[in-house]
Amino acid sequence: MELLIAIAIGSLTAAGVYLVLRKRSFAVVLGMTMLSYAINLFLVVTGRLVIDRPPILQGGAASYTDPLPQALVLTAIVISFGMTALVVMMALGAFLEGGDDRIDMPRRDLTGADRKPPGGTARPGHRPEGGA
Amino acid sequence: MNHWLIAPVVVPAFVAPLIVLAMRHDLVLQRVVSVAATVAQLAIALALMALAAGGEIHVYRLGNWAAPFGIVLMLDRLAALMLVLTAVLALVVQLYAVGSGWDRKGWHFHALWQFQLMGINGAFLTGDAFNLFVFFEVLLIASYGLMIHGGGEMRLRAGVQYVIYNLAGSTLFLAALGTIYAATGTLNMADLAVKVAQLPADDTALLRVGAVLLMLVFAVKAALVPLHFWLPATYARAPGPVAALFAIMTKVGVYAIIRFFTLVFPSDSAVERLAADILLPAALATLVIGQIGVLGSRHLGRVAAFAALASVGTLMIGVAQFRQPGLIAAIWYLIHSTLAAGALFLIVDLIGARRAGGSLWLRPLPPIAQGGIVAALFFAAAIGVAGLPPLSGFLGKLAIMQATRQADWVLLIWAVILVTSLLAIYGLSRAGSTVFWKAHELGPAPVPQAASRDSRRPLPAKVEPDEDVQDLADSASPALALTAAGALVAGMVALTVFGGPVMDYSRATARQLVDPAPYVDAVLMRQEGAR
Repeated sequence: MELLIAIAIGSLTAAGVYLVLRKRSFAVVLGMTMLSYAINLFLVVTGRLVIDRPPILQGGAASYTDPLPQALVLTAIVISFGMTALVVMMALGAFLEGGDDRIDMPRRDLTGADRKPPGGTARPGHRPEGGA
Repeated sequence: MNHWLIAPVVVPAFVAPLIVLAMRHDLVLQRVVSVAATVAQLAIALALMALAAGGEIHVYRLGNWAAPFGIVLMLDRLAALMLVLTAVLALVVQLYAVGSGWDRKGWHFHALWQFQLMGINGAFLTGDAFNLFVFFEVLLIASYGLMIHGGGEMRLRAGVQYVIYNLAGSTLFLAALGTIYAATGTLNMADLAVKVAQLPADDTALLRVGAVLLMLVFAVKAALVPLHFWLPATYARAPGPVAALFAIMTKVGVYAIIRFFTLVFPSDSAVERLAADILLPAALATLVIGQIGVLGSRHLGRVAAFAALASVGTLMIGVAQFRQPGLIAAIWYLIHSTLAAGALFLIVDLIGARRAGGSLWLRPLPPIAQGGIVAALFFAAAIGVAGLPPLSGFLGKLAIMQATRQADWVLLIWAVILVTSLLAIYGLSRAGSTVFWKAHELGPAPVPQAASRDSRRPLPAKVEPDEDVQDLADSASPALALTAAGALVAGMVALTVFGGPVMDYSRATARQLVDPAPYVDAVLMRQEGAR
């Protein structure tokens, strides 16, 4: 059981970190989701792995599972869900305004060419149809 | 139990939805109610400061639950000081936003502003680590909305980066809290202090991991090198008043580091030495990179952003001492750097509103309207930011240098502070001379446009997505905007003039911080059914 959970958290985190470091916002949002799943699992586990025990006081129960991490993870799930929705909307806004969904700032951010170059979205070394 | 402790959270929490639900279409009403709510928060913060100045630690138990089980709010001198600072900055900057017309460049400015204040006030008051996370999220989600207020391609792009960076930070925060909970079984700060002290010395591996993770999270919020990459683009691209309010947001990270590493992880423990060893080099690197950024930026917004970054570096040098003198200097410099960074961002926005096309790039453009008074304000703010006499930044830097006299790295620290001050002076004077002096080579000033507009005409919400700043013609009251920017500069002057009383307060605050026993006593012992 411990091994299974540990592998699940580890692989979710690894996939999440890999995706967060990608250049396109879609992959990054997916990566953030994976990371938050990994953390939610991790939070549940911080109360130790206990199977089939009640979290709150109950007659006849010999032992209990820790209820606090479950409350924490509920809060964390709600917050990360809301944040994911928000980042999707903002990434969509940036895509519609800027014409591409790259995460990094264009060079204009540092050089001060005030308007985007004519000819739409293409940038050097950038394949419009390329994968994430 | 004093119910006023919860007021700084409850007031904005009620006003913000009220603005969204009841007065969405009436900007004048929004302005009146929102400014009134900020004034009320300032009054409450001042009353709480008077309460905390007695030296007692006030505790508010939400729902009257007993301490380690329920959430508590704690009011001490530091929390009260941060509340007052937040309210002062928020009020002045909000008046600027109204005067410059920024608040009508997009929707829901005032509602987001109040939510932002709710999150910041809550983060300063809470005595529970998980509740701190929740308030961080409240202030972050409001800041995401404020950051992209007004839209525009570059602002949205910078906003996406800011959101993703901070989402990763929040994930890390949860990991840190989970680790600490696994090691100690509690998340109440005072209870954590007790449990951490009881842990056997050779059984702290998990706790140390949690503490370092926690410090990384707060370092992301405070923008310490190498976790600062979100700051320059965000602050440079955010609307001017929003960037000015964000001057307090990096201080939330600094506050959390001070809070955790004085209260929870006691002095001279392995955890605190570990923290100090990491924090000091990071602070020095932040200072160096910030001031080099001031020198190297070609965009006035980035100059201000890197100046804010550098001030965090100076501040953390004081904090990293984790001793009373260092904390005294840090608390003083914290007040100064918040006012200075806020003033600089507002003045940069004043300049942007007056230059052709709202351009903030450091290129000579024709002279700006009201160039004399804006230049004087920029000059004063630059003196404050660079830490030259006679303004309060000089005293702050002096105090920090004095506090590090006993440190191991004293020569390096002093050398870095002095050399980087020179870089800042050079960078800021280069920026100022490009904007204000080289302009005159290009010809006479254009006729100011604001005067010609009929001020009684109702202003439509004007959205120009391609424009970085709100220009002077859109300004509701240029005089109010100028006054607000001047008020923050005047705040620095006041901090210098009333340096004695403020220093006394900082000293009392630091003395309270280094002794965690009264906190534990107030939160855990003085309640019904305590041992």
